[in-house]
Amino acid sequence: MNSFTFTQAAAVAGAVQDKAAHEGSAYIGGGTNLVDLMKENVARPTHLIGLKKLGLDTIETLPDGGLRLGALASNADTAWHPEVEKRYPLLNQAILAGASPQLRNMATDGGNLMQRTRCYYFYDLATPCNKREPGSGCSAIGGYNRVCGILGTSDSCIATHPSDMCVALAALDTTVRVSGPNGERTIKFEDFHRLPGDHPERDNTLEPGELITGLDLPEKGFAKNFSYLKLRDRTSYAFALVSVAAALELDGNTIKDARLALGGVAHKPWRDKEAEAMLIGQPATADTFRRVAAKVLANAKGYGENTFKIELAKRAIVRALKQATEMKQEVDTNAFLNSNP
Amino acid sequence: MTLQTDYIGKPTSRVDGPAKVTGTAKYAAEYNVPNLLYGYVVSSPIAKGKITKIDAAPVLALPGVQQVFSHENVPHYALLDRSYKDQIAPGGSPFRPLHDAEIKYSLQPVALVVADTFELARYAASILHIEYEEAAHETELSQHIDEAYEPGRGKAGYQPPKSRGNFGKGWKEGVAHMEAQYSHHAQHHNPMEMFATTVEWLGDKNLNIYDKTQGAFNSQLLVTKVFGLSKDQARVISKYTGGGFGSGLRPQYQLLLAVMASLQLERSVRVSLTREQMFSFGHRAETLQHVALATAADGSLTGINHFAVAETSQFEDFTENVVGWSGMLYNCKNVELGYRLAKGDIYTPLDMRAPGAASGSIALEIAMDEMAYAAGLDPLEFRLRNYSDIDQAQDLPYSSKALRKCYHEGAAKFGWEQRTPEPGSMRDGNLLVGWGMGGGVWDASKMPATVKASLDADGHLTVSSGTNEIGTGTYTIMTQIAAESMGLPIEAVTFVLGDTTLPQSPIQGGSWTAASVGNSVVEACTKLGEALLKQAQKMDHPAFKDAKIDDVQFANGQMRLRADDTQAVVLRDVVQASGEPKIDAENSTVLAKLEMLKPPRYSMHAHNAVFVEVKVDPELMTVHVTRVVNAVAAGRIINPKTARSQVLGSVVWGLGMALMEESVMDHRFGRYMNHSLAEYHVPVNADIHDIDVVFVSEEDDKVNPLGIKGLGEVGLLGVAAAVANAIYHATGKRVRDMPITIDKLL
Amino acid sequence: MSQVTQAPPPVALAPTQPVSLTINGQAHTLQIAPWTTLLDALREYLDLTGTKKGCDHGQCGACTVLVDGKRINSCLSLAVMQEGSEIQTIEGLGSEDQLSPLQQAFIDHDAFQCGYCTPGQICSAQGLINEGKARTEAEVRELMSGNVCRCGAYSNILSAVMEVVGRELKIEN
Repeated sequence: MNSFTFTQAAAVAGAVQDKAAHEGSAYIGGGTNLVDLMKENVARPTHLIGLKKLGLDTIETLPDGGLRLGALASNADTAWHPEVEKRYPLLNQAILAGASPQLRNMATDGGNLMQRTRCYYFYDLATPCNKREPGSGCSAIGGYNRVCGILGTSDSCIATHPSDMCVALAALDTTVRVSGPNGERTIKFEDFHRLPGDHPERDNTLEPGELITGLDLPEKGFAKNFSYLKLRDRTSYAFALVSVAAALELDGNTIKDARLALGGVAHKPWRDKEAEAMLIGQPATADTFRRVAAKVLANAKGYGENTFKIELAKRAIVRALKQATEMKQEVDTNAFLNSNP
Repeated sequence: MTLQTDYIGKPTSRVDGPAKVTGTAKYAAEYNVPNLLYGYVVSSPIAKGKITKIDAAPVLALPGVQQVFSHENVPHYALLDRSYKDQIAPGGSPFRPLHDAEIKYSLQPVALVVADTFELARYAASILHIEYEEAAHETELSQHIDEAYEPGRGKAGYQPPKSRGNFGKGWKEGVAHMEAQYSHHAQHHNPMEMFATTVEWLGDKNLNIYDKTQGAFNSQLLVTKVFGLSKDQARVISKYTGGGFGSGLRPQYQLLLAVMASLQLERSVRVSLTREQMFSFGHRAETLQHVALATAADGSLTGINHFAVAETSQFEDFTENVVGWSGMLYNCKNVELGYRLAKGDIYTPLDMRAPGAASGSIALEIAMDEMAYAAGLDPLEFRLRNYSDIDQAQDLPYSSKALRKCYHEGAAKFGWEQRTPEPGSMRDGNLLVGWGMGGGVWDASKMPATVKASLDADGHLTVSSGTNEIGTGTYTIMTQIAAESMGLPIEAVTFVLGDTTLPQSPIQGGSWTAASVGNSVVEACTKLGEALLKQAQKMDHPAFKDAKIDDVQFANGQMRLRADDTQAVVLRDVVQASGEPKIDAENSTVLAKLEMLKPPRYSMHAHNAVFVEVKVDPELMTVHVTRVVNAVAAGRIINPKTARSQVLGSVVWGLGMALMEESVMDHRFGRYMNHSLAEYHVPVNADIHDIDVVFVSEEDDKVNPLGIKGLGEVGLLGVAAAVANAIYHATGKRVRDMPITIDKLL
Repeated sequence: MSQVTQAPPPVALAPTQPVSLTINGQAHTLQIAPWTTLLDALREYLDLTGTKKGCDHGQCGACTVLVDGKRINSCLSLAVMQEGSEIQTIEGLGSEDQLSPLQQAFIDHDAFQCGYCTPGQICSAQGLINEGKARTEAEVRELMSGNVCRCGAYSNILSAVMEVVGRELKIEN
């Protein structure tokens, strides 16, 4: 781990100034990913700006009926917040599907967006990785890429974004609020994370020095028909091979509105709006779901070890949409919707 | 000595429980001796080549960095390979850390940075500039089968597998056949406690060495040989070991590095490995296996063929018994077995829980399931038809063998008779249900062990031996046996272990500790009884005047005449009358050592049968193991409470082997890539459902006086295969490459 | 033959700084490097070695402690980030003379073998009880899944925790 200095920021403006004043500095929220990356020498900041004392940890209803999640609210507090449980159960489910109770207590909502990939090669300095060291090459291509992406990949990077929470946030049309040297602005969630292209070292569209201050959920929470389905190598405490956030608005058996996002398959939470459009006006049947699943994966590309994800994702989409329709969980990927199998 | 059953066989809470649940139990890295320095290991990023440059100057310039050790400045303490051989080193030339510039495997230690604080050592290690010249490496076992060779008898205890009869003839005689290839990848022990050594410098090369090990004496042996220290100078202490599973059978390199740094700097030094570095030493060897079976019309096996190729390092021949079990578990005249090794640029594999047997039983027990289907028989019925009443491999009768009871009692508990044989024929709602079974056999061994028993004037018994506590319940069961032997309450007995100043004990492994140390506890207590009787006879107590040891018994803190239990002396009074603070006795290992030289008269083994239920989602192919019954025949169970826990743990291990555990090597780099607990998956709590452990009764007066067979390994056998068989039964998919991850079922 | 090098540039060593921590009700001030984790502060500077290091990467749960009543992985928190918090470790939950209900239940149910993950399991279970979210066995299993036990004592951990959360265990054994 690098040697660094530490200051605890007292206000957002001060934090942003501190960041600008120190080259090689980084913000630290819960630390669950950054401290890990520092121990691996993947991240080597020389100055850390602690955010814990900024406040920004409240969750409040907005005048337009939406909900604002403070960037420093913990993942656990967010998942268990009464408004989230009641109005955004998809978000509750996605958060609880991720990490462990301890990590969810530490990790912040803003930090969740800032998580870096879990690609083995990114984490191991002994191997080339374009994301860690631009221009060094992608070891995952042609290597052990079971955990890597199948959608939106590039020749320079096939890493995935590891978050579960972000998959739900993407599906729910969240807005990201940021503050930076040039003031405040908002970023649509779908524009926040990037595809790797030729610059996999950049995970997102934040400008230098910008700090996430909050996440705004719109009023519509799809609380009646939703499903977060996560498939992984063990029942809990593992990153997704494939995850699906599905949310439906139904009129009888007809789909009036739909949201569909995938995790574990791309460099960003993979929201497919065309697929959503295909669902609207259709009956909520297995046939419909299969057509949509085929569309979502139509341009998917497997890299050997991860090619199975294409078929797995199709089946997961069909199942998640079915579960959202029937509101009956069939797989025990989350104990909180399920009793013993 | 006749044993009562006040303690032996009774469920007893761990005597070390309070220390463990309150955090006062101290592990190797937790002895915070004064003026401690911290060593941080730098590991090789390449698999083969040599170090061409180490630029230590910028690191040494950091205030608080004491030294950067590498092959450039570490003296060659010992010259001969034999100095580097620990008690269970396989044949070959053991790895010597920081010996020369050569890189033999990825993650090899290349430098040790020693600094005043852990934080500084870790930072300094991260900026140490090292240059390498890379050479082509080879790590892929499947590419080297042609070069595989038959190993010699390198490792103590290893016997090459013995074939018998004529397999070709047996194959032809068969009316039904199966033949298939099986494989599993490397697995790492990953005990929760990472390897660490704290060396306390006491001056003049006198060291207290707190080591993570399964054998304090093994660590001491290596340190004394490598550094030319006397046993008095190198005291090794290991009171608690945070999980072993075989990883601590050989002393690991952090021990040598910590001792080296301490001797060089004349300071106390701690070296702890990182979780990544836990992938830098031994592992369960990857194997590729082939099994062919044939049966006659009545379902009896006419031929068994089992062949395995396993990986080893370039410098040592690691051997384990992978295929030998296939020559003894089932009755068959024609058995052909083969075991070969192929070298790769990896570290030497290492015994890992049920070494060899866990690997071999995957192939054999899946093959038995395949054969049962090919022969049109229920898998349990098929095994019963091929039950082996004698050990055909050694041509010896068993000292006892209650495997048939395991089959019957396990099946009854599981409800096996409800099984419908057709794959996919059982359902729970939408889920596919599969029932599978397996089982195995493991050696019941006993090694010479020395134990001292000491009764003080307060009537407190202290029993000691330099064995280890790795979670197997050694503290507890030895306390039970001693309390039983001397007729004392548990609270009046303390068992002391994990210190080379105590009487010598073998390494904690091979499932032999309970039998080896346990029987020695009885012997030492018998000796103590004799000493107490002798002392009592000096007292004014006419009833004991002519008594022999067999005429007395020990109960309620007293020595009594068997013939008349109103004639008694209080043990405490006997010690007090002696005028000494305590009366000591130690058992002799002469007979035990002689016993080991004699050809065995019996085959001594523990057995198990395991029954597994899986539920599989028919579209997503997620697998959940919902029910397991593991029936074990392992002789006398000293403590059913801790024994059950050991078998529960074995089942969890088996589920891990079956469904998720593999160390993934990227052969382009010759490096395990999932070197973390996030990506090397072991089961978590949510993976585990109902597990039922059945100990079938098995009395055995031949295996050893206490009738103990050991439990460390046997519970793991057949578990992974039973899961694979259950998955086949649920889905019709036969997966022969472990682990059975979701991609293999889609 | 290729050359491989490993050489990030050294930086000026940051000075140590005073860090005040409240642990098990007691105030401590340490002079440590800012990059000292809470876990290492406990183990190496305060001799509170009951909190274990099992992976140092938030992947096993052995280092679990309670901060303001909530369970966290102390290996992923910097000590300097915990100024002003109430930290509770296994040493603060009970002692050999006065075991906490969870500690007693872990002994009664034999919910450990080697003991290394145990303090983390118990702190985690205490956090689970504080949270009050887990009611069923499946929920307890799920919410105890952040603590790896390589000895595989999960069934017994479940029964110990279930006993303390006041639920009747449905599994036999």
